[in-house]
Amino acid sequence: MALLEASEVVAGYGETEILHGVSVAVNEGEVVTIIGPNGCGKSTLMKAVVGLVRVRTGRVTFKGVDISAQSPERIVRSGLCYVPQSANVFPSLSIRENLEMGAFVRSGSHPDRIEEMFELFPDLALRPGRKAGSLSGGQRQMLAIARALMLDPALLLLDEPSAGLSPAIMGMVFDRIQSINSAGVALLLVEQNAREALRMSHRGYILVSGRNRLEDRGPALLDNPEVGRLYLGA
Amino acid sequence: MLPMKNMTRRIGLAWTPALTTAVIVAAAAAAGLLPFVKMGLVVNGFILGSIIALGAIGITLIYGILNFANVAHGDYMTMGAYVALFMVEEALPRVGIEGQGLGPFTFGYPVLLALPVAVAVVAIGAIALDAVIYRRLRDRRVNAVVLAMMSLGVAIALRGLVQIIWSGGTQHYPRESRQVYHLPMDVRIAPDSIFIAVVTVILVAAVYLLLTRTRMGKAMRATADNPDLALVSGIDTQSVIRWTWAIGAGLAATAGVLLAVSQAQLLPIMGWKFLIPLFAAVTLGGIGNPYGALVGAFIIGVSAEVSTQWLNPSYKPAVAFAIMIVMLLVRPRGIFGGAEYR
Repeated sequence: MALLEASEVVAGYGETEILHGVSVAVNEGEVVTIIGPNGCGKSTLMKAVVGLVRVRTGRVTFKGVDISAQSPERIVRSGLCYVPQSANVFPSLSIRENLEMGAFVRSGSHPDRIEEMFELFPDLALRPGRKAGSLSGGQRQMLAIARALMLDPALLLLDEPSAGLSPAIMGMVFDRIQSINSAGVALLLVEQNAREALRMSHRGYILVSGRNRLEDRGPALLDNPEVGRLYLGA
Repeated sequence: MLPMKNMTRRIGLAWTPALTTAVIVAAAAAAGLLPFVKMGLVVNGFILGSIIALGAIGITLIYGILNFANVAHGDYMTMGAYVALFMVEEALPRVGIEGQGLGPFTFGYPVLLALPVAVAVVAIGAIALDAVIYRRLRDRRVNAVVLAMMSLGVAIALRGLVQIIWSGGTQHYPRESRQVYHLPMDVRIAPDSIFIAVVTVILVAAVYLLLTRTRMGKAMRATADNPDLALVSGIDTQSVIRWTWAIGAGLAATAGVLLAVSQAQLLPIMGWKFLIPLFAAVTLGGIGNPYGALVGAFIIGVSAEVSTQWLNPSYKPAVAFAIMIVMLLVRPRGIFGGAEYR
């Protein structure tokens, strides 16, 4: 049984329907990447999974439980955490406070877990009292990921983790993502930088206009000439 | 290692909101040393500013979390003042608790007992109003103007309720005349004013500690920063909203009681008339920013009092209003750069 299973999900904003029946699955410990052109519904799918956008029809199960109508708070509690693409830290809170908020569903201030995050992202440990709003793009992304890891989730959803980062920082972020995965956390990625992401993915999906277009193992998608031409800008 | 140390030391002296607040408040106080400004008026201004601050911090917190200007805030103050009146005139005397002229103060200890009751009643009332009215509107995703208009309706309804229950006439807490203290520089200060200042200092410190040290306070700041991210972080935003109302309305109720003590009277319109200085203070500091509300309150309070040296005191709200207009024209985000009005 898959850890996360979204089947035939229809969702959108107001009158507009963005997803017309998308199905995606993530197995325990797997890295899965979703790629596709702008506006194909990648981010909307993530928001539908975490409960920010209502699932109109279709169903999302996590650990075998139907979460399609659950509140984001309950979904987070069950071990599914999410890093949005932009505005993914609390700017007026300090680094430490941002991390504490990641573990809000469990009372206490979690100094041990915060130390673990500082080990994973040493940059954050330099000045834990610094306001998140004053961090650089890369540090901010690290903090956003660390915040989402505070609850030690079974599955982490990352929306464009490399957006707006310099190549060097991007390499570091991908490196961290891989070490998070080797610690046993399953990952569902949406990524513009598709080559890099597919290289480290077990499987990948290609979405076009709110529908599934292709699904294959990561390396196989990379080698597929049609995928290369249309979606990887080869 | 050494450069790191130097850096932290430099950060320790960084231009923090707390430091800005201290500097501006000190500057307002120093204005009293100017030869053409009476120090006594500056002192009165700080007392008025204290009451404004308690109301303005609530408005700014509610705006930060719920994204609308609560026009009923003045009437939450009125409610607080009248609930305390009910306690000292009706409820407490029945159990034999009466009195006035506690030590140097004009009021008696029943007012001290009535204050927490007023805070609790208004806080619970605000949470109930949210559940019955504002939450339904939020669920329908109405915009901020609709919420503000609804709060205008709540304001008028609350004032009507006060008039029905307590009549429209002037009333006051049982009081006894007391001597004012004479201080150097021709400053005369009533003991009641010192009580008001002390209560304000305690409550402002409590709000500061709550926002910076407690899990719920941090969650409130996080929700004000980014409500969607708060949701997906697993923050229980419904209880954040309840806490925000409880704190905002509780502070308003306290401000109402203190206003009734300082004016030595209660009127159903007292809170509504106080809205202009409240919003002027909030705007001046930058809406959504509690430091801003505090600084704005003292600036408005001192300006309004000092203006009476040249203007008829009935123009005090006009002075507050003029400052608000100038601020909106020159720097709409306020001193501390809060949100822009939407």
